[in-house]
Amino acid sequence: MIADLGIAAVKVGFSLFVLLNFVMLLTWAERKQSALMQDRIGANRASIFGLTLMGLFHPLADAIKMITKEDFIPAGANRAIHTLAPFVALFFALISFAIIPFGDQVRIGDKLVVLQVFDLHVGILYVFAAMSMGVYGFVMAGWASNNSFSLMGSLRASSQMLSYEITIGATVVGLIMVFQTASLQQIVQQQGQLLFGFLPAWGIFFQPLGFILFATAAMAETKRAPFDLPEGESEIIGYFTEYSGMKFGMFFMTDFVETVVMAGLVATLFFGGWQFPYLARGGFHFPWGASIPLPELAVGILQVLTFLAKLAFFCWFFLLVRWTLPRFRYDQLIRLGWQFMLPLSVLNILATGAVILLLQQ
Amino acid sequence: MEKQNAEQRSVRQAPPGEPDLTFWERTYVPEVLRGLKITAAHFFRNLVIHIFHLVGLWKDRRGGETIQYPEEVRGYSPRLRSLHRLTRREDGSPRCVACMMCETICPARCIYIVAAEHPDPNIEKYPERFDIDLGKCVFCGYCVEVCPEDAIRMDTHILDFSAYSREEMIYDKERLLSHEPRRADGIGVIRKVKRCT
Repeated sequence: MIADLGIAAVKVGFSLFVLLNFVMLLTWAERKQSALMQDRIGANRASIFGLTLMGLFHPLADAIKMITKEDFIPAGANRAIHTLAPFVALFFALISFAIIPFGDQVRIGDKLVVLQVFDLHVGILYVFAAMSMGVYGFVMAGWASNNSFSLMGSLRASSQMLSYEITIGATVVGLIMVFQTASLQQIVQQQGQLLFGFLPAWGIFFQPLGFILFATAAMAETKRAPFDLPEGESEIIGYFTEYSGMKFGMFFMTDFVETVVMAGLVATLFFGGWQFPYLARGGFHFPWGASIPLPELAVGILQVLTFLAKLAFFCWFFLLVRWTLPRFRYDQLIRLGWQFMLPLSVLNILATGAVILLLQQ
Repeated sequence: MEKQNAEQRSVRQAPPGEPDLTFWERTYVPEVLRGLKITAAHFFRNLVIHIFHLVGLWKDRRGGETIQYPEEVRGYSPRLRSLHRLTRREDGSPRCVACMMCETICPARCIYIVAAEHPDPNIEKYPERFDIDLGKCVFCGYCVEVCPEDAIRMDTHILDFSAYSREEMIYDKERLLSHEPRRADGIGVIRKVKRCT
């Protein structure tokens, strides 16, 4: 009993540690990566005893700044809801990472530990539920600020997120039809099989259109460019205009947490999660017959590292898109969501169903 | 009429001189990938250059266009009018003969000269004081052009001078004499500067 509790605590701790560190590193990566993409140098001035470490202290400096700044609540704002909103937004973004498996089962002593904070059978629906609840945070922020512009910003945020959540849900239906389960751990386990004897059975090979739709909608869910209309920090006023200090920082963090969660979801659903090609229990089994035996613990560690590498890659990819594409106009955004992506995702479901029927006969 | 409007709305016309979008361009995805290719190429090119810099290689290639100003200075044009300096004779005394031409022509009235008799009878006068109030100077360069003795020049290529009070912005004769000319590095050539902060 106590051992179970300890294992659960360690898993939660590891998951939060990975998530929050990724968030911190993303604020650094966003500065440096955008700089490299635009032939600049990027932030490199924050130093401790002359040590700059390529600007790695800037997230630290940001945190100090955010925490020590004045926490301003505008006159006429609803104090309770204004304070609650960033917590709601951040909380639901954080807990949605719990469902993403970061490793296979590992035997420790006589216990079988699943490397996932908790394995729900409805898995993926839980993420959508958490995401939908997160919208309340943004709506509350805009509504409680006593500022019409913030209210408009939160309206944009909620309508955008609702529109694209439908596409995400419809896209995932195709994937659930292929893998016959909604549990993320089982989806990843099935992606360890081989297709035609050599190709890893990753979701992207079953659902290429689904991947494009899902990645696009996921970017829209994270509310970052080219879908950053709810915020538009410098031009169109967003829902957190009336926030300052660490409360603003929490909204800022929410975006990055959502980016990491979405990167994890894309990696899990379409790129085999923690599966390393040809690595299974007992070591590598190559399709040409060769095999490298590995102890169980080494396999487990390698799988966790594989997941982290995939997570980092998709965070990088989302940043790449974010710094390449210009922002949509709002009518273009809604038209893309309802008239283009939703019909395509429904078509994707129909095509998947037809192919599955054909294969069964 | 209504039908015509609907037709105009449905057909998106490309700007004049540009071909209409093809089907693949309209699906948006290949064009997005093309854009990502360009930015990713820049990212990896600069990343590789920075990694080589870390191990001390490829120092002649720059991994970005940024000039990190206080530490790096770009070579200016030789024509640039920068901080003034007073030139010297071969024996080291100022060339200035205190003719007051520069003080007279200065539109900002920032030059203040006190003339004194020179011990050498061939040279009539010399400046006992020669102050330039850089807080007033407009860097028009008239003083340089009007000088009959080539005694004042604006070729130090120093641009970043500042002070905490107006008095400190008044540069006296000794200070102006101490400035060194800066031969043009070549326009745009980046030079590293060591500064104590």
